[in-house]
Order: sequence, then C-alpha cells, then structure tokens
Amino acid sequence: MIPLQIETQISFGGFDLSVDETFSLAGITALFGPSGGGKSTLLRIIAGFENAARGRISFGENNWQNQDQASFVAPYRRGVGYVFQDARLFSNLSVRGNLEYADKRSGKLSSSITLDNVVAALDLSSLLQRQPGSLSGGEMQRVAIGRALLARPQLLLMDEPLAALDFKRKAKILPLIEKLPTMFDTPVIYVTHAIEEVMHLADGMIALADGRIIAHGPIDDMLARNEVQSIIGRFEAAALVNATISSHDKVFRLTELDCAGTRIKMPFANLKIGSKVRVRIRARDVALALKRPEGTSIQNILPGNIAEIIEEKDTAFAEIIVDIGGARIRARITRKSVAEMKLAVGTAVFALVKSISFDRRALA
Amino acid sequence: MNLPDLGPLWLTLKLATMTTIILLMIGTPIAWWLAHTKSRAKVVVEALTALPLVLPPTVLGFYLLVFLSPNSLLGSFWVSVTGSTLAFSFAGLVVASIFYSMPFMVQPLQSAFEAVGKKPLEAAASLRASPLDAFFSVASPMAFRGYLTAIVLSFAHTIGEFGVVLMVGGNISGKTKVISIAIYEQVETINYADAHVLSAILLAFSFVVLLFVFVMNRRFPVGVG
Repeated sequence: MIPLQIETQISFGGFDLSVDETFSLAGITALFGPSGGGKSTLLRIIAGFENAARGRISFGENNWQNQDQASFVAPYRRGVGYVFQDARLFSNLSVRGNLEYADKRSGKLSSSITLDNVVAALDLSSLLQRQPGSLSGGEMQRVAIGRALLARPQLLLMDEPLAALDFKRKAKILPLIEKLPTMFDTPVIYVTHAIEEVMHLADGMIALADGRIIAHGPIDDMLARNEVQSIIGRFEAAALVNATISSHDKVFRLTELDCAGTRIKMPFANLKIGSKVRVRIRARDVALALKRPEGTSIQNILPGNIAEIIEEKDTAFAEIIVDIGGARIRARITRKSVAEMKLAVGTAVFALVKSISFDRRALA
Repeated sequence: MNLPDLGPLWLTLKLATMTTIILLMIGTPIAWWLAHTKSRAKVVVEALTALPLVLPPTVLGFYLLVFLSPNSLLGSFWVSVTGSTLAFSFAGLVVASIFYSMPFMVQPLQSAFEAVGKKPLEAAASLRASPLDAFFSVASPMAFRGYLTAIVLSFAHTIGEFGVVLMVGGNISGKTKVISIAIYEQVETINYADAHVLSAILLAFSFVVLLFVFVMNRRFPVGVG
C-alpha cells in the first residue's frame, strides 16, 4: 500500500475539480465515474500536466508539489508512467524505437522490468519492426503500455486505454493489464467509465463525479455502497461475491460453488476444486420470495435476511440488500412488491438468482 | 556567349547560407515560444516577425542603416570589437538579411511546432525525457518538413533581396554586391546580355526552390506565411 495524497483544485470553463483525500494504492485502482466528471483531469494533475492546478500532491516519500510554485516537480522528474487514450506513439520511430526511447531514459534505475520481459508479457515481438502508423488500435495500445512500463514508473496511470477498442480487442487486452501490477510491481491507476472493466481489473476504486470524490476504498466495499451504485446506474447494479469451487456435476455440466457456506450452481467452468473465484450477481437478476418456491426452473434459491432496503422514490423500484450467511447480494424489485410482501429489515427471504457470471478468475 | 562575372553569385550564396544558419538558431526558439505560449505578448511578437512581409524594403533598410551606423549602440560596439563598420559591410548585410528573412524562418517552424502539438511532448515527459531532450528527440524530428520548408524559403528569400541590400550594403564588389544588385547594375549600363544570364539563373533557382517547397507541402501540409 502506497499513500497518494492529493489536495488540489482547478477550474476551467465552468467545470471545477476539488480533491482533498489520501488514497492507498496497491494493484489496480480504478478511477471510475461518468464522462465529464474530471477523471482525466485528476490523472493529468497527478502526472503534473496541469500547470494551473495548485495544491499538495505526494506519493509515498515523494513530494510532487506543495502550495508554492517552487516545489512543483516537473512531469519528467515524477517517474509517473502514462498510457494515453490515444496511444501517442512517436510516429518518427518504429515500435522498437518507441520502446527503446523509454528503456534508454530509465535504464539506470533498478527494476525487474526489462525490454525482453515487457515484449513477452504484451506479446509485442511480431510488432517490433513495424511503424506506429501501420498498427491497429489494439496493437497501438499494447505498445503504449509496454513503452510506459519501460520508463520504469513508480506509478502507472492509464487513461481509458481501451475506450477506442471494440469488444473483442478489449477482451484480449484486459487480461494483459490485469497481471501488470504483480508482474512488474507497479501500482496502477486506471481511468474508466465502464463498470465491466472495473469489475474485471480493479482491486481498489476511486469514484469521482462532478469534480468531487464520492468515495474510495477496496473494490468489494465500494461496490456495496449506495453512493457508488448511484453512479454505476441502478440497472447495472451488482454484487461481487467471493466463492470457492466445491464440486463439478459432469452429467448436467454444472459447477457448484461455496459462498460463505451457501451453495450456488453455475454452468460448468473448467476450474480446479478449491479455486477461489469472484462471481458477479446483478441486482436485476435477483427476485425475492417469502417461502421457498417449488416447481421453479431457478437453480439458485438462497435463504437469507434483509439487511437494507433502499427505495428509489422517483422510480418504480427498490433495491434490497440481502445477507446470505455473511455475503451480501442485491435484489432490484418493485416498490409495490416491497409493500405487498411487507418486507422490512430483518425479514427472512429467499433470493432467487436467475444468472450468475464469473468475474475475475483468481488463480488457484 | 561569355559568362558574366560570377562573383556576385558566390557572394549571394555565402550570404544566404550564413543568414539561414543564424536564423535557424534564432528563429527556432522564437517559433517554439510562439507555438506554445499563452502569453498576450504573442500577437505582438507575431506581428513584429511578420513586419518584413509588408514593409517596403527601403523602410526596413533605412532603419537598419540607422541601427547599424557607427553612432548607434550596436554599430559602435561592432566598430570597437572589429575595427570596421557594420553598414556597407558583408557582416551588416548578414544582420539585415536576418531581419528581412525572419518571417520565412519563423512562420513555417511555428506552424510545424503547432502541428506537432503538446501531446507528444507530454508522452515524452511521461517517459522521463526532459523538455530539451523531448525537443530534440521528438518535436524536431516530427517537425522535419517544417524545418525543410523554413530553411529553403529563408535561403531563397535572402537570395532574392534587393531593396534592403541596396540601402544597407551599397554596391561594393566582393563585399556587398549580391546578384540582384549586379543585375540592376547590368541593366543600368545597358548590358542586357549579362543581365539575361544572371536573371535566368535566379529565375530557374527560384522556380526549383518553390517547386520543392510545394511538393513537400503536398506530402505534409505546413502553412507558409
């Protein structure tokens, strides 16, 4: 855990950003929020690209700026790597030239990062002789990520690096990004407005909207918080639940998971028994019943107690947080149902889960 | 047909080469500053560097003559260091040419630097390159065609100057008699044959230079004042 302390404000064109927080960075921290909320601006302030931003910024032992102008550390002295949305490869250099550009300027620093292992990790060997102009969007971003790593940064900032890519390309690069912090021992701040990317990658999360930090902390806590759910959007609201693979059913091709003592079934997943996984249960896929229903197609019927009811006054819906042996899942049902079933905190209910998807497959 | 005295041609090439090299060193930082500054002084500097485009060369030449005279600050300093005057000397011509050709160096470079923009510089900074390092390793190679245009135009424009040279340099053979002055002299003395040869050389040279610039601009558009 490395503390990143930011106390800054900036305003331009009717928008203002004001932050006064200390974030604990480890692994990948998603900087999440709606477009136009100030995510990129905050990232640029950390990198030192926004001269107009006053205030205090420190990362671990390093003071990058204080209130006074004189203490401002220039971007190139901060040791902050940056992957831009638009790659920004140097068009006058080949792919190899781009990688070597960074490698040469940071070669004296002690680091586990080498040109060879970056090329291997990001599968760049077939691209080395190419010119940046001839690369596809996905290839460009892989090179840009490799180049940023070769600057041996003490902190790597990534500004929506996959925003311009289609779904298939994203799916290829996400697993590469996921392993960066552990492979290269570099904390990452990853800007995105796509909640799927957050769930796939992040260990921690900073939620930012309208230029203000809404909340920050470990990913599981954050996703359970209402103020975070409200920026994710109710419809996509989901719970992340940690579980362990407990058995496989070869006949019906199902996999059974143990989730805080509760058994849940999923379509077969080729994972070893005992593997730890994270599953994602969307609130809209969960219904509630007061009695255990019979004659239903739903496989996962989980007994629990209502922990919290959040009514959305201006819509037909309410969100119910159900405690299932310690794990908390969310159900999105109508407010009319809440009234008719007389649901209250503490009511014993059965959660009917229509579908579950794997999130990150933590390696066994 | 006899060739006319080619001394003025060599003198002209020497003048244009020196002017271009010095302008490259002076013009680059000015163009860089203009391309990146948000200062209000920008428009003033832009207008100043563009002045030679609109001023009659005689006006520019007149002020330069005053500016270079042994009674002026620069002129008297030059005399005390070199023992000779700046006005009516080759060195004076170089100084005059620098002012006269300034827009042809600064404007293409400024456009090229603006086209490169801040983005590659930020990328370079994130890779631990200092601003000076980034200028030489990223911005300059990316602005290569802008440099080519600026160098060619400054060189060609210096070769074509007449009015300023006449005012500042006079017509001293081997020292300040450049090709345009030589042509003027041949015409004045009704020596059309020599005027034809020198004029044809200048015409052909200018056409080739402009052709080259336009070909380059088609491949990489850079605005030229």
